[in-house]
Order: sequence, then C-alpha cells, then structure tokens
Amino acid sequence: MPDGNRGPLFRPRMIKISGFELEIYEAGEGPPILYLHAGDGFRSSHPAMLLLAENYRVIAPSHPGFGRSDLPDWITSVDDYAHVYLELIHRLDLSGTLLIGASIGGWAAAELATKNSSRLSRIVLIGPSGIKVGSRDQLDIPDLFAMPAAELEKRIFQNPEKFHANFSDMSDDDLAIIARNKQTLALIAWEPYLHNPKLKHRLHMINVPTLVVRGEHDGLISPEYASAFCQRIPDSTYLEIAEAGHAADIEQPLPFIAAISNWMES
Amino acid sequence: MRIWHFSETAYPHLPPEDDYESIRVSLPNKYYDPEIGYKLYQNRIDEWCLADELGIDIMVNEHHQTPTCVDPAAPIMTGVLARLTKNSRLLILGNPIANRRQPVRVAEEMSMVDVLSKGRLECGFVRSVPYEIAPANSNPVRMVKRMWEAHDLIVKAWTSHDGPFTFEGDFFHHRMVNIWPRPYQQPHPPIWVTSLSTGNSAEIARRGYTLGTFLTGYEKTPDIFKAYRTAYRDAGHGDDVPLQKLGYSGLVFVGETEEEGRAGGQHLLWYLSHNKLPMHFRNPPGYASIDANVMALKGKQIGVRKEGWVPDLDDQMEKGIVFCGTPDQVFDQLKKFYDHVGGFGNLLSMGQAGHLSHDDTCKSLNLLAKEVYPRLKELSAPRSIASF
Repeated sequence: MPDGNRGPLFRPRMIKISGFELEIYEAGEGPPILYLHAGDGFRSSHPAMLLLAENYRVIAPSHPGFGRSDLPDWITSVDDYAHVYLELIHRLDLSGTLLIGASIGGWAAAELATKNSSRLSRIVLIGPSGIKVGSRDQLDIPDLFAMPAAELEKRIFQNPEKFHANFSDMSDDDLAIIARNKQTLALIAWEPYLHNPKLKHRLHMINVPTLVVRGEHDGLISPEYASAFCQRIPDSTYLEIAEAGHAADIEQPLPFIAAISNWMES
Repeated sequence: MRIWHFSETAYPHLPPEDDYESIRVSLPNKYYDPEIGYKLYQNRIDEWCLADELGIDIMVNEHHQTPTCVDPAAPIMTGVLARLTKNSRLLILGNPIANRRQPVRVAEEMSMVDVLSKGRLECGFVRSVPYEIAPANSNPVRMVKRMWEAHDLIVKAWTSHDGPFTFEGDFFHHRMVNIWPRPYQQPHPPIWVTSLSTGNSAEIARRGYTLGTFLTGYEKTPDIFKAYRTAYRDAGHGDDVPLQKLGYSGLVFVGETEEEGRAGGQHLLWYLSHNKLPMHFRNPPGYASIDANVMALKGKQIGVRKEGWVPDLDDQMEKGIVFCGTPDQVFDQLKKFYDHVGGFGNLLSMGQAGHLSHDDTCKSLNLLAKEVYPRLKELSAPRSIASF
C-alpha cells in the first residue's frame, strides 16, 4: 500500500467540457492512464490507482452527475459519457493512453473505444456492464435497484465487511455525493437496464489490445457475460482475479496490477 | 364544501404479512381470486352509484401491481361510472402522467370520459408514489419535469382544434397530434394535482389548479394550504383564494352510534396498516431529494410506515387522518380540522377500505349525505379563506 505522506496523491480540479464543469482527479507522472469509475463514484483513496500513479499519470474523472461534476440536462446515458471523455482526452492532449474502466466505467470505456481509439494504447475493462447477451426473459445483471443495500454489497465485494461504508462518520457533503451518485446511476442505467442495445454490435471496432477482468466472486457480472464481452473484441484477453467480487480493482489491488503488468508484457 | 366518495378498491384477502416481502410491486397475483374480484368491483361501483344518488361526488384513483388498489386503469373505471351515474362530478386523481409513456393517449382517454359523462370530468394529474416506479419501469430521476412536460402536451392536445400540431420536448415527441374527441368542457376539464409538500403546492397554485392532499393531517396540512394561498396570490390570481381550490383526503365513517362509527373507522385503518414495503421500493434513487436521502443515510427512514406498525384509532383521529363516530361527532371533527387548516372546499372522503363491507359503506354514505353534508355546506358557504 502506498504511504499517503510519501507516495503520489490525487488532487481534484474542475475542467470545462462541453460547457459544463467536470471534476477530475490527477496523480503521478508518466504515460497517461484514464480511469473511469464504477457506479459508486471515484474515491481518491483508490489503492490500485495510487499504486499505478507511481509510474503513470493517472487521470480519474467523476462522471457527469457523480462526485462534484455537473450534470447538464442533455446528458442521460453512458454513451453521452463516452463523448465527454473523448473531448477530455482531446483537451488534455493525451496519447498512448491506457484506458481502464470498472463496471459502468468499463461500459463507458467500451463505448469510447468503439468510436475512436486513436489516442489509446490499451484497454482494461473490470466487470464491465453495457451489453445484453442473454434471453429477454431474464436480466443479464441482477436488478441492483430492487435489492437491499446489504445484498448489493455482497455482490460487489467478496469480503463486504472490510469495505462497508460507515455513514455516521461522514459529513453531510460526502453523504450528499453518495446520494447523488445513486441518483445519477439510476438516470443512466434504468432503461434499458445497464446496457446499450447497440454496443454489442460495435465492440468489434475496438482495435487496441483489451483485457477483460472479472473478480471470481463478482455477483453482478457472470463469467458468461464477461466472456461474451471479451469475445466480441478482436484482440482481447479474459482473466479472473481470485478472492474478489465485482470491484476487483478495489478489493485486490496488487493482484489486479500484477495482472495488468503480466498482460502488457506478454 | 363538496364531498367526494373515494375507495381504492382494495382486494383485502391477503396471506399473513410474514409470508410476503412487499404488499406492493412483487406480491404474486395467485392470491387474487377473480371471482371475488368480480364481486368487489360490483360492490365498489354500486357504492359510487349510491353516492351519485345521494348528491355526493365521485373520486377514483389508480395504483399498479398491488392488492391495496385493484384499479390499475382509472380511466376505465371512470368510463364505467360516466355511463352509470347521472349527476356526480367524476374526479380521477389521478392520471400518473410521469409514468405514462403516451401523454396524448391520456388526453384522448380524458376527453372521451368527459364527453361520455357530458362534461362531468375533473381531471387529476399525479407524479405517483415511489412504489409506482418499478411497475411502470419508469426512470425515477427528473420525474417532476417529466410530469409537467406531459401535462403541457395534454393541455395543448385538449385545446388545439385546427388540425395537427407538433411537440418536441425533452421527454415526449409527436409530429401529428390531433385528438378526437375533444373535451366536452371548454377549454378543458378542471385540473387537479396532488401535493404532499409545500414546494409542489406553490407550483399548483401558480398554475391555478386545484390541490388535493392526502392524509397529511393536523401537522402538515396547514403549511401545504398556506403555501398554496401565498403562491396563488403572488401569481396574481386574486386575493380571494377560492375554497374549492383546496381538497383534503381523510378516512371517514359515520355510524348511528359512536360504537358503530368507531368500528367503521377501525376497518378503514386497514389502508394504513397494510403497507409493508422494503426500502428499495419505498425510496428508489432520484425520487426523493438529495437532502432527504442524506437524512436517510443517517438513519431517518423515508416512507410512511415502520415495520410491524399497527395504527391506533384514537391516535389517527387526533392526527386528523380518521374522522369517525356519530354524525354530530364526525361534523365536529371535520369542523375542527377545517378551522385548523384555514378552510378547504373539497373533502376527499375515503369511505371504504379493506374489509369494510358493502352494507356498512352504504350506511355510512347515507348518514354522511343526510346528516353531515348539509352542515358542511353551510360551514363553508359564507366564508372566504382570504383572511387566513
């Protein structure tokens, strides 16, 4: 684990994209990583990103409507996010970017890469949502809007006790961000539920090496679903991380980073 | 004062509460016997017809995927009543237009009922309670905006008479709107909107519509009505806020004796006690404000009912939720409430709920019409609420 006093730290700032304010966290120097967070927002204590910031320039935006990012009325979908991030990459003049996305962030990353991957070197998708491959009579991803919070935690972490948020210790501002993150997640993921029906027909356009990672105890994204995602991307590799739930990068940062390193070296 | 007889047409024959997770949304309909359901519909319709004969107006509403209100298509029920009744105003409170995918269809249904009833429709629009989100698969975010945009489209459909118009909003798109029939009442039926908060009541007042509030009691009703009056005057509609612009819904039962009245009131409490709901149906993300959700994260429950809550009749009478007893007692209770909230012109009287029988419901309706109603009319006749 990095020592907060000596290692790189994430600092937030606001940047204007498409006429609204987007919050981005940035840490480290080196080749760029763009990290797109999952449905619960980005936290500056993200262990894997802090470790990667020792060798990379890690840029982690809060999706529109998450964290302190604005949510303009015209943004209603993850596809809109992809356009926002293409503009962000252009504004920051990033090239050779390692694009990493978790859950809905993986969905946004895939949407982005199907449109334009010229400034990307590689892509890592962690338990990505965004496609529909199963039957119409069953959700591909269990309905996270129709389950108790404790059940959702169990699906996100193999060891939920370790990551359980203690709301009573938090400020009203932080609680408001949690509430707003949930609200925005509903806005973009309600219907069609956690997918864009077009995306699976576009994944073959991703033309950079892609790693699809899944926590072996992921209770939201099944192995079949993650494999189907992977199979539609031409140069892709599928890998499971042991002792991790849906948020594999948060629950197992070291094995996650090792998996990326091994894949990049192979 | 006008009285509107109201029932949610419940199907009360339920399994024990411990056997199900939620009374709404997910309770299997294997528990619904269509034979019993048929009889219940006949009873409820007969009661509305009796209200019509007694000079009481009629109110219907709709909910979905729930035994608490087996009227998922209020326009159908209102259409039935339009044909069967003669004089009553027919209030539908209301159309869940944030959850209906086709506002133009709502405009058509309401116009049709208005013509069928020869202009007796009073048309309500509601945002809907949170547990209506899942049955409609409706996005809980930006609902209020969606509701008002649907409303704008419906009113435009009602009031446009020179051929098709187009509408390209944030939520609804149409290229050829030209409804047949147009409403019987011109320019359109009176509009009602429900409100359980002061913010929403101000918006209703600015538009000059009638406000209906439900079970908000002594505690919350005065502020809701006050916000309406203030906004009504500020909007320039006039200093005299007409009483008929405000409606209050409570549970009402009139008996010949106090004992009989209280027994009926006790039956009506079924409506409050049968509301078991898990948090994810009670509070879908985006429905309640961020501030309310911050309170929820701190442990303050969102929703009306604690697990296992059994309401006490005296408590609910004291809160201004239930009005029951002899005709004199019910009048006194209503007058006290009326004075406390600054007056209102519409009593949305839930006169039937749960296992309350058809005979008891009719008995109470008769006493309400003959013994209580004349005095209520007198109470509100000479007064303006401008003084409040």
